[in-house]
Amino acid sequence: MAEEKLRMSRSLRFAPLALLLLIVLALIWRLATPTSTNVPSKLEGKALPNFTLAEAVPSKPTVSAADLATGEPRIVNIFASWCVPCVSEVKVLQELKGRGVAIDGIAVRDKPQDIVEFLARNGDPYERIGSDPQSQVQISLGSSGVPESFIVDGKGVIRYQHIGPIEQSDVPMILAKLEQAR
Amino acid sequence: MIAEAGLAALWLAAGLAAFQFFLMILALRSDVEVTRAMRSIAVVQGTLTLVAFGMLLLVFARSDMSVELVFANSNSAKPFIYKVAGTWGNHEGSMLMWVTILAVAGAFVALFSRRTGERTLIAGLGSQALLALGFYAFLLIASNPFARLSPAPPDGQGLNPLLQDPGLAFHPPTLYLGYVGLSVAFSLAVGALLTGEVDARLARAMRPWVLGAWILLTLGITAGSYWAYYELGWGGYWFWDPVENASLMPWLAATALLHSINVLAARGALKAWTMMLAVIAFSMSMVGTFLVRSGILTSVHAFAIDPERGTFLLALLAIYVGAAFILFAVRGATLKEGAPFELVSRESGLVVNNLILSVILGIVFLGTLYPLFVEAVSGEKLSVGAPYFNAVAGPLALVLAVLVGIGPLLSWRRERRPVLKQLRIPALIAATALAITIILAPGIGILPRLGLVVAAFLAAAGILPLVGRNPLRAPLATWGMVVAHFGIAVALAGMAANAAFTSERLAIAKTGETLSVGPWLVQLQDVTPTAGKNWTAIEAQLRASRGSGAVTLKPQTRYFSDPPTETNEAAIRTFWNGQLYTVVGKSDSSGGWQLRLWWKPFVTLIWLGGALIALGGALAMLGRLLRMRRRQGASVDWRRKSYA
Repeated sequence: MAEEKLRMSRSLRFAPLALLLLIVLALIWRLATPTSTNVPSKLEGKALPNFTLAEAVPSKPTVSAADLATGEPRIVNIFASWCVPCVSEVKVLQELKGRGVAIDGIAVRDKPQDIVEFLARNGDPYERIGSDPQSQVQISLGSSGVPESFIVDGKGVIRYQHIGPIEQSDVPMILAKLEQAR
Repeated sequence: MIAEAGLAALWLAAGLAAFQFFLMILALRSDVEVTRAMRSIAVVQGTLTLVAFGMLLLVFARSDMSVELVFANSNSAKPFIYKVAGTWGNHEGSMLMWVTILAVAGAFVALFSRRTGERTLIAGLGSQALLALGFYAFLLIASNPFARLSPAPPDGQGLNPLLQDPGLAFHPPTLYLGYVGLSVAFSLAVGALLTGEVDARLARAMRPWVLGAWILLTLGITAGSYWAYYELGWGGYWFWDPVENASLMPWLAATALLHSINVLAARGALKAWTMMLAVIAFSMSMVGTFLVRSGILTSVHAFAIDPERGTFLLALLAIYVGAAFILFAVRGATLKEGAPFELVSRESGLVVNNLILSVILGIVFLGTLYPLFVEAVSGEKLSVGAPYFNAVAGPLALVLAVLVGIGPLLSWRRERRPVLKQLRIPALIAATALAITIILAPGIGILPRLGLVVAAFLAAAGILPLVGRNPLRAPLATWGMVVAHFGIAVALAGMAANAAFTSERLAIAKTGETLSVGPWLVQLQDVTPTAGKNWTAIEAQLRASRGSGAVTLKPQTRYFSDPPTETNEAAIRTFWNGQLYTVVGKSDSSGGWQLRLWWKPFVTLIWLGGALIALGGALAMLGRLLRMRRRQGASVDWRRKSYA
């Protein structure tokens, strides 16, 4: 019985070859178009979720979703005083601020006095800072860590999500994105 | 000079491989007598490659930073064992190791193969030489391991700290030996397809190679699984990661081949199928190497992506596998099938075993490459994870495990024994296991429950081949089979218990705080900094107790400086009935520490089972070698004649 099945017909004998061809073609395609590790954020093109945050430091106004649709594109930066990469990112944000970019901050799981110290020590690029003590807004923004930054256009629509710190080398790209969002 | 000597040896070996292949063509087209020449060339070629690999070991051991590869992958502050292991902890070195094993395997075939027909041996050695030639070309053209740096830098960049683990010293070589050992089965199959000598003799010549490769693959996968379990700190033993799948696929093919080869050896049946499997098994090894070395699939094994090398390897893969498949398609029809057998017979049982294994192989293969196909066709990115593999391959594996219990009880050709009667006791044990799990653990999932039941059945049925005969007089091969099948039951029980009973706790804890996980109470006593030879760490001190008595666990988060990397060193304590697995993470702003705790009942059975499966293979191997030895002792004259 099994014998009959295993005596292979001509087409069956060529099947492995055909399968191999298919696989090799797919692999050639992959080699020719290398995977980009940049998976575009699903939130890009979507409006900001509605939120209002508590005040983070006494000296600055807080952030709410409604305030972000100002007619001009701006950066919303998610940071924390306990976050090491944020320290080096602040310098880059300062530079962006110097070029006229409006930046707001969301401080995640942080305390007022820690934020004040952090800003005093590393510099303060933020116009407004909101406090997100339980990461609820961070999660609703689809952000999984600190630092992360969002470029929000004048209508309050997310145009770009940047995961990890904005490095010096990212500045031209960020400026271009801001220009596109205009 | 050492590096140059290694490079020269590699060039010479490549030249000899080309000559060896040329001799095969010559011999198959005319009647020139080349057997002796080919045997010698294969041995010299293997030796030269071994010399090249030895030279690379030497430059790594001496931390010769003027060699680019050493500079990029080693560091003088590294412990000596990792300096040596660094030889194969990188692309070029591991490819050199691959081709070394390939050439040395060819040399062993040339030295010891007495069973195959002469023409098949020549064709097989030619095929092995062609395989080696492609990989020599790859090394010499695209991945020279001996390239120099001038001027020599003062110190190296170091090795990925995840790889600084005793497991690394043994895991890749073991897997590679397994992968590449299958090349002999491939070459002999190609040789036999060329000459048409597909018979029981060929199967017996292939069998030790397949068995040996399979044992090493089993060990390599088991060790790799345990390494991932304790080193990555994720608490899992298998992630269905593309690179893990790349090692599982040759194993599945080799397992199928191991069983079908027995049918060919004993009954002369399943010729075309066995040849196909022999080709596929090594093809899967090459696919695995390609997937890992080209960096084409995203994986935790984050190796550098290099399109040029990827293209080279893909071309080799397409040529070798394509040629073998063409040969199979053209010559497969000329194979006459052997002795017939009935529906209920050991042959049929093994056919079903092969079909299920092949389907599982297909499922793993599809799942691994599916994201690639989808993206090629629709541009959408997705990943295939454990839910797919578990849901699709799991039930099939359970069916297979039941058949593993029944198959060995069947007789060749047609059933003559009262198998159902023999299976009464295992069936009773399985029913008892089912009742116990329903009473004691009513809430567990259906797949884990069935896993426990099937494991109980297989553990009982698996030893039946030894029942009713004097176990001491049973052949070692039978012992091997019983131990390996029992090992499957043990591993299955471990996986099912892990899936059913694991408790997990992820929490932020302050010093002095106590958390509970499963039956354990775990107190975070202290968190202190500590340092090793090339790392610093934060170490938590945990006191775990259940009932009376307590143990201390010290998980760490390590920071390596060269290259800067952070790893979690889990602290694991093994008890007879499970493992307590603890990981310490970062501190948060309030001064608490992330703790991740697992209690994993009977999880160790998974690797114990893997080790038993390999031990079973080793027993069978020992039995075959002893028998071969006895037979060779009886035919000394014939052996002399073949060398004369």
